[in-house]
Amino acid sequence: MQTTAETAARSTVDPAEVAKFQAMADEWWDETGKFKPLHMLNPCRLDYITRQIAAEFGRDLDAAAPFEGLRLLDIGCGGGLLCEPMARLGASVVGADAAERNIPVARLHAEQSGLSIDYRHTTAEALAEAGERFDAVLNMEVVEHVADPAAYLAACADLLRPGGLHICSTINRNPKSYAMAIVGAENVMRWLPKGTHDWSKFITPDELYDLLRGAGLDPVDRMGFVFNPVTWSWRLSDRDLSVNYVTASTKPA
Amino acid sequence: MMQDVVIVGGGLNGCALAVALARMNLAVTLVDMASAEARGARGFDGRSYALALASQRLLRRIGVWDRVADEAQPMLEIKVTDGRAGEGPSPFMMQFDHAEIEEGPMGFMVEDRHLRPALLDAMTEAGVRHVAGQRVVAQDTGGARAQATLDGGEVLEAALLVGCDGRGSGTAARAGIGRMAWSYGQTGVVCAVDHDMDHGGAAHQFFMPGGPLAILPLKGRRSSIVWSERTERAEALLAMDDAAFLDALRPAFGSHLGEIALAGERWGYPLGLSLAERVADRRLALVGDAAHGVHPIAGQGLNAGLKDVAALAAVLDEARRRGEDIGGLAVLGRYQTWRRFDTATLAMATDGFNRLFSNDNPLLRGMRDLGIGVVGSLPRLRRAFIREAAGLTGELPPLMRP
Repeated sequence: MQTTAETAARSTVDPAEVAKFQAMADEWWDETGKFKPLHMLNPCRLDYITRQIAAEFGRDLDAAAPFEGLRLLDIGCGGGLLCEPMARLGASVVGADAAERNIPVARLHAEQSGLSIDYRHTTAEALAEAGERFDAVLNMEVVEHVADPAAYLAACADLLRPGGLHICSTINRNPKSYAMAIVGAENVMRWLPKGTHDWSKFITPDELYDLLRGAGLDPVDRMGFVFNPVTWSWRLSDRDLSVNYVTASTKPA
Repeated sequence: MMQDVVIVGGGLNGCALAVALARMNLAVTLVDMASAEARGARGFDGRSYALALASQRLLRRIGVWDRVADEAQPMLEIKVTDGRAGEGPSPFMMQFDHAEIEEGPMGFMVEDRHLRPALLDAMTEAGVRHVAGQRVVAQDTGGARAQATLDGGEVLEAALLVGCDGRGSGTAARAGIGRMAWSYGQTGVVCAVDHDMDHGGAAHQFFMPGGPLAILPLKGRRSSIVWSERTERAEALLAMDDAAFLDALRPAFGSHLGEIALAGERWGYPLGLSLAERVADRRLALVGDAAHGVHPIAGQGLNAGLKDVAALAAVLDEARRRGEDIGGLAVLGRYQTWRRFDTATLAMATDGFNRLFSNDNPLLRGMRDLGIGVVGSLPRLRRAFIREAAGLTGELPPLMRP
């Protein structure tokens, strides 16, 4: 008993807080729970991200740690659903989230998974101002939530080293995306809480290309994430960018 | 950072999986309760395996086939007949020739004494850690890492624990995975015979009242026998001296290969069907007989196990390349989905096949003869049977594709 009390007294960690974070981490990482839509989309997102990074930096995905030596930033990291795979592939990963409560949750899970990831409660703008630089920036499903996409993407571009790679996904703006992302995902399937998305903030692929160019980046690739209701899974598509889609752009060397 | 896998069970499936995973840069530990000496080299002991074409491709891809190719006997044709001891085979007969499909031989016969050392050598070369002569006494797959405690006291930690420990799988039992099991009251008697004449690469399957008898061509003038009989009769066959056993075998075996003599020992395998209620769980996967012990008609047990190996390797390779947690439910669920359908179909097919053929009811016998005759006369159906026997049906994992 005394040992336990002593340990608790010396530690700065509050056991009740840890229990709360554990519950939140369990929630983030439960493939069948609240974040199921993200878990379902994740293999598709990872396929795109890993192939783009491997192609851009000449890495072999068959190697044990193909992304070794690459410094990578995930903006809006949440519970670490993208950070952990990137760390597993050998990248040195910084995970940033503007929601403070996500940080200890993501830290706890990474520690339990035996992964070393630098999680920070901060924003892209603050990191850019502090002079942080990365080989790759992951900017997944964030841009449709920010107030000023142009300023936000300029900060993302600043965060890249010359020759760096920027992966950005978002949702297209058209009647189909309204039906799928708002009516379907929020109202019918209840995959996402109502009000998660504001349809007017959705961005068409051409608009995003213009925004990326405006931020000083060269868009090099774009693909759709397409949900198949029969196989109940997502796949990448060259042609169908009508709802969810992803882009790759590089910073000129 | 390298992800890791602990494999429990040092049989053929466990070893093949260890090699496949180690070759895709996963850190693999294999725990085998048999000692290294028990798995070591020895003379011919009567045991051999019928490898379907798809299984041979897998072994080639993981660098095992080149080590056994010279010792492997290609199966060029399969003859299936309905026979009854003392009466000779019925006039209806199915004959499958590899020339009817494009893929080449329908399969290969490889002796245990060649396949096992080849797998062990490939494991060493691939950098698998081999813990021999120890058993797992406890496991925990509830946390962020799977743990397995060995009787020597060592605790192994890994992202994924794989049970390749047979139809009595302790790995499945410790995880609380239930099984459904049926016994057929039959035992497979396995042995090998030397004979006077060349077999020409032909395999024979006779459906006898007590159960099927398979004669499979081995290298040289030698064939492997898989003789399924009612357990009582099988036990008697196993207990006989060599001369009496050969006397019992001759009427069923026939005279097409000339005089026969026993080579190596006789082995008894009780036949039954044993299915795990699920083949994957968080941080846990079951492979081979641990997932589905099927009636070993035509050697489909090992081939089904190797298909598990190839499917699990494919799922884990895809996950590893994405950086996914290879022990996560999302990843292992893909393996479960892939294998569940195949396994259930195979189990039902072999079960039904055996029930239909292991029966001396004259009506059923008449239907069998008719069925065999019908299948034999329809080229498309024949090709479907050949492809099934060669393991070429269902969605093939990459390691098994041409």
